[in-house]
Amino acid sequence: MDLNTVWFALVAVLFMGFFFLEGFDYGVGILHPFVARTDEERRAVIHTIGPVWDGNEVWMITAGGAIFAAFPQWYATLFSGFYLALFLMLVALILRGVGFEFRQKVDQPGWRSFWDGMIFLGSLVPALLWGVAVANLVRGVPIGADMNYQGSFWTLLNPYGLLGGVAAIAVFTFHGANFLSLKLPEAMADRARAAAQASAPVAVILAVLFVLGGYAYGLFGREGQLLAYLFAVLAALGLLAGWFFRAQGDDALAFWATGLGVLFATATVFAGLYPYVMPSTLNPEWGLTIHNASASPYTLRVMTYVALVFTPLVLLYQGWTYWVFRGRVELGGKGGY
Amino acid sequence: MDALGLARFQFASTTTYHFFFVPLTLGLSILVAYMETVYVATGDARYKKLAKFYGTLFMINFALGVVTGLVQEFQFGMNWSGYSRFMGDIFGVPLAIEALLAFFLESTFLGVWYFTWDKVPKGLHALFIWLVAIGSNLSALWILIANSFMQHPVGYRLENGRALLESFPALFLNPHVWLQFPHTLFAALATAGFFVAAVAAWHLLREHRVDLFTRAMRIGLFTGFVGSLLVAVVGHYQADFVVRHQPMKFAAMEAIWEDLAEPAPWTLYAAIDEKAQENRFELKLPGVLSLLTHAPENEQGKRVFPGIKTLEKRYEERFGPGHYVPPVKLTFFSFRVMVLSGLLMLLLAAVGLLLLAQNRLVAAKGFLAALIWAVLLPYIGNTAGWWTAEFGRQPWMVQDLLTIYQGVTPESVVSAGMVLLSSVGFTLLYLALGAIDVWLLVRYAQSDPEAEAKTALSY
Repeated sequence: MDLNTVWFALVAVLFMGFFFLEGFDYGVGILHPFVARTDEERRAVIHTIGPVWDGNEVWMITAGGAIFAAFPQWYATLFSGFYLALFLMLVALILRGVGFEFRQKVDQPGWRSFWDGMIFLGSLVPALLWGVAVANLVRGVPIGADMNYQGSFWTLLNPYGLLGGVAAIAVFTFHGANFLSLKLPEAMADRARAAAQASAPVAVILAVLFVLGGYAYGLFGREGQLLAYLFAVLAALGLLAGWFFRAQGDDALAFWATGLGVLFATATVFAGLYPYVMPSTLNPEWGLTIHNASASPYTLRVMTYVALVFTPLVLLYQGWTYWVFRGRVELGGKGGY
Repeated sequence: MDALGLARFQFASTTTYHFFFVPLTLGLSILVAYMETVYVATGDARYKKLAKFYGTLFMINFALGVVTGLVQEFQFGMNWSGYSRFMGDIFGVPLAIEALLAFFLESTFLGVWYFTWDKVPKGLHALFIWLVAIGSNLSALWILIANSFMQHPVGYRLENGRALLESFPALFLNPHVWLQFPHTLFAALATAGFFVAAVAAWHLLREHRVDLFTRAMRIGLFTGFVGSLLVAVVGHYQADFVVRHQPMKFAAMEAIWEDLAEPAPWTLYAAIDEKAQENRFELKLPGVLSLLTHAPENEQGKRVFPGIKTLEKRYEERFGPGHYVPPVKLTFFSFRVMVLSGLLMLLLAAVGLLLLAQNRLVAAKGFLAALIWAVLLPYIGNTAGWWTAEFGRQPWMVQDLLTIYQGVTPESVVSAGMVLLSSVGFTLLYLALGAIDVWLLVRYAQSDPEAEAKTALSY
């Protein structure tokens, strides 16, 4: 395996981690106006991700940094091409991030409901836009011979892009609902379970439609064909198992199953794209690949050493924090909450 | 304004805004860690109260630093795709390392620290905030490694119109890094020192929790003094470096249009006419510039500071016709504002320490009132310092390798209208959130650290 492939896989892993972790964060943000009725309950919901959301968001930042370092042409084309979508996403993420911090600082209903609204929108909009962005990577976008994007913001809002957007919202909501079922105080958990139950069929159907659409756009016709098929099956099994365990009332297994669903759905997209990172709809030759978009072999080698040493360390201590905050949160926020 | 002008405005506003919050994060993380360590080492609960009190202020400030950091990372690709293509092989490396080594550490352990007071052993809890402090300051190191390449490119080669990394150790050991990083670190410590002191001054002025806030004041003033002093010391070596490696920036910092032979005067003030390329009026201190730094020897073995006009000619010979002069007025005055605010900080901190040693600080009401407002000084100095460094390098994005004209995203991809929309959007958002954040900081800073229940660290 050459280093370009290694880095493609590493970027895939970063996105898998990002969608797994921020997936339930977004889901929690989307659900929190619905599963909580009082201010105290809202605090409990936010508290389920309070200590970890920031660390989870670093997965996205690291994925962005890794693309910049390993595939600078991809970074340049993607970020300049999807300009307005990224602008909206940044605004949403900014409002969500400060919302978590600001909300509790002033004890006034209007203030808190404003930031609750921002947390909701700040979770919904990025979920939607990530779905739109990934769907457009699968579908391909107009990229010219000079590697520059030739479409507009509206180019991205094609039917398949929008399908990707709503599919992402549905899957993250399902995943987030399972997370909340596991973390909320027992008195509130049933509402999260009901939300998971309701979102399960929507998530499964939209995810399947998304993969079928991907098939039409050649997602299963490239070098990573076999893996893409395998991952797609595993993703479907994960989401179905999430639905099944939800119905069985097993909070933990339901959460881990949707988590696997998210991980493998992401893996499907990357395996299917390989060796492309951004196919062009104008001319297959003009698409960005792991070769024409990559950094120099030296840079890839340096970055490989760095990643090999530090990624396991990050996984270890970040995993450890989830162990520290294991168990359900409590209503009324005792201690430092 | 065209797309390039707007993109520059957006970069300047985002970066300046981001750096309102970052220095306090860098410095205050260390001071809060110190306070908690004193508590762990001595068992003195007053330091626990201080750590919690300033820790909450830290959190309010941190939130905006993080979210503006997102824009900071994304805007290279969004507005500067030419730069990203040219430089990604080099610039992406420290950026990715920053995320992997520093951001994860900082954000993960900040969440743990904030939520585990009294739930884990004291020493372990203090370790968490130290990890946050290490993470924050490591992130400063790596982003400054990236910035230093833009100021002083090393360890690269050019191939097919792209800069490729040739030596990672050279990138890391870039002499520019090891001036800029300590300069930033000390400035951040000074910022945190003045912040801690200003909050303490507000309470002492009202003779509120005098014992507690005298302790905070001691930490704040000491850090403010040492920080401002060391910033100046490192700054001196930085100026020497700029003279040798970025002569155009130096000439702009000093508004030197014509070659200036040693012994050279230092211009205190100048009425600069950028169009006519001259100063209409100058207030000079004879010989002082030659006391501060030395010009390199020219071909005749004479020590001469090359003027902007000479340097522009040299640039045109090397790179063809064009405009290679940075905004002189802005660079000149930014530099002076930075130096002045640093000197004022040093003076204030010294006076404060003296009053503190003589037990006269609480009675010195006028001085305490001045200390509250002095919190603005480091912010002014930090901003002016970065403006000197960045405006003084224009029109180069990467010194002598890539101009802003080459770095900007082509208008066919991102139109002026799009940059205008995002610039207006970000600016309004920054203004609104900045106002709210300052309001929350002031509000919380005026609360009572002893009344824990009311101001619980909480969501």
